[in-house]
Amino acid sequence: MTGALTAQTALHRAVWAALDSVLDPELDEPVTDLGFVAICSADRDGRVVVRLRLPTYFCAPNFAFLMVADADDAVRAVPGVSEVDIKLTDHFAADTINEGVAAGKGFVGSFQGEAVAELDSLRADFLRRAVLAGTDRVLRGLDRSTVELTTLTLGDLPRSPELDRLRDRRRLLGLPCSDGDPLLIDPADGSPVPAAGLRRHLGIARVTRVGQEANSGVCRGMLRARYREDEG
Amino acid sequence: MYEKDGEKYFVVDAHTHFWDASPENWVRGQEKYAKGWIECFHAYQGLGPKETHWSIEDFMKYSEERMMKDLFDEGHVDVAIFQPTNLKQWYREGFNTTEADGALAERHPGKFVVNTTFDPREGDAGLAGLEERVGRWGCKGVKLYTAEWRGDSRGWSLKSDAADRYLAKCQELGIKNIHVHKGPTIWPLDKDAFDVSDVDHAATNFPELNFVVEHVGLPRIEDFCFMATQEPNVYAGLAVVVGGLMHARPRFFAKVMGELMFWLGEDKLIFGADYAIWEPRWQVEGFVDWQMPDDPEFSDYAQLTVAQKQKILGLNAARLYDLDIPAELQPKAEPTVEPIGVPS
Repeated sequence: MTGALTAQTALHRAVWAALDSVLDPELDEPVTDLGFVAICSADRDGRVVVRLRLPTYFCAPNFAFLMVADADDAVRAVPGVSEVDIKLTDHFAADTINEGVAAGKGFVGSFQGEAVAELDSLRADFLRRAVLAGTDRVLRGLDRSTVELTTLTLGDLPRSPELDRLRDRRRLLGLPCSDGDPLLIDPADGSPVPAAGLRRHLGIARVTRVGQEANSGVCRGMLRARYREDEG
Repeated sequence: MYEKDGEKYFVVDAHTHFWDASPENWVRGQEKYAKGWIECFHAYQGLGPKETHWSIEDFMKYSEERMMKDLFDEGHVDVAIFQPTNLKQWYREGFNTTEADGALAERHPGKFVVNTTFDPREGDAGLAGLEERVGRWGCKGVKLYTAEWRGDSRGWSLKSDAADRYLAKCQELGIKNIHVHKGPTIWPLDKDAFDVSDVDHAATNFPELNFVVEHVGLPRIEDFCFMATQEPNVYAGLAVVVGGLMHARPRFFAKVMGELMFWLGEDKLIFGADYAIWEPRWQVEGFVDWQMPDDPEFSDYAQLTVAQKQKILGLNAARLYDLDIPAELQPKAEPTVEPIGVPS
């Protein structure tokens, strides 16, 4: 009995950890931190139930689809999981998305006639934004008066979770991400930022981060208002 | 006119609504969308101060008396600009139409500016309807909602030839201001519906029209800011920025204001309370009292002056809509300061 319960708890933890790896592609934050996981349960037979929720009934269906599909992939890959029941709730396209993900139909197959391509380029676009925002985050801690920014490499920077996150996003895009590679690159093609473009690049990196964090703030506030949590 | 610490502010609320989202107005078979829409708006209200929250019943439909009190008696607003959103697919008589706004405006001369809207998917009939509404209500602006559903369509783009025809018609009819509101669904759904590049396209092709991008392009502030530095006729509508961030997320509010001042500058920012999502009173009072935090995290951004706040709260919108500004509040001649974000 105790052994079975422990195994069940361990499975639950593993499923939660898998969901931790699922990002809102637009906000570049885990769905777990954002409060998008309403229910996560695992029984002793390895059957997993996950319910996802979003800040509004009309959140963009493309990003919603990516999160449900990514959650489905991540949970199925957890050892010990026998059955997965993942659904998005309280959303105008929930039925279409849930059915499409469960059947592995892809985005175009799920939204017949309403979409012309899968979501890879959308995801890549937002990863590039994450690289810009992440660049501003790692720069914030530096004394810029003493650093030559255009020749600064990833290896020159102190280790930090923000730096790991930036390297990870660059790796996913196939952009240079080793110690000797420059920090400041054009996220479209990986080319180093020339001195003449420095001011503009830093401005864009900063506003991208501000935009991303402001959106995250609005989304978190809307989710709280929608589900009436943390009131008072 | 709002007065604080001896300074006077002519307040133009450039984004207001008189809507009916009550169940009696829901289209049969579309109830879940009609309900989902108004509940979504209501959740936005949750980002304002608690004492300004309404019940969902009050929020679905409110009276003319309440609106007049909230805007003009208590909200410090001098002139408010109606921004209609039809949504006739979900609401029988429309959600917030030019006609409903116009009828209210006629009962209160001098208080409102009546904007209309168009949908390029309506073809020639839509062009005729636009001309009729402009003639009837004297519109100087339109509010466009590109994510509006129509039949099986999930939205439209300002890049389309159909939209070009409508914008040309606007110019012919004397409409100057095009307010653009982006939403989450536009065909095809695999693209980013919030992409503002179609506004860029239209702003380049119609240099005599002003394009006010509502809620500053949120959630694509970065694209919006960069685009606005390249297009002199692009403005930022602050609806949602003040209402959604100033109270709930003050540090993000400060950063967004800092970025908008950096990239666009004080002459391009247009206040709007977005009533009935948020009442104007706390926004006007709060914005006049607000200042950039004195903290190293905000050291990239400048403090706001009274003259800048006067422009943002009303004088900029008054300029776009040729509103009469009280003589004492005419903007003083100042040396022009280029925003730093504008590339030379």
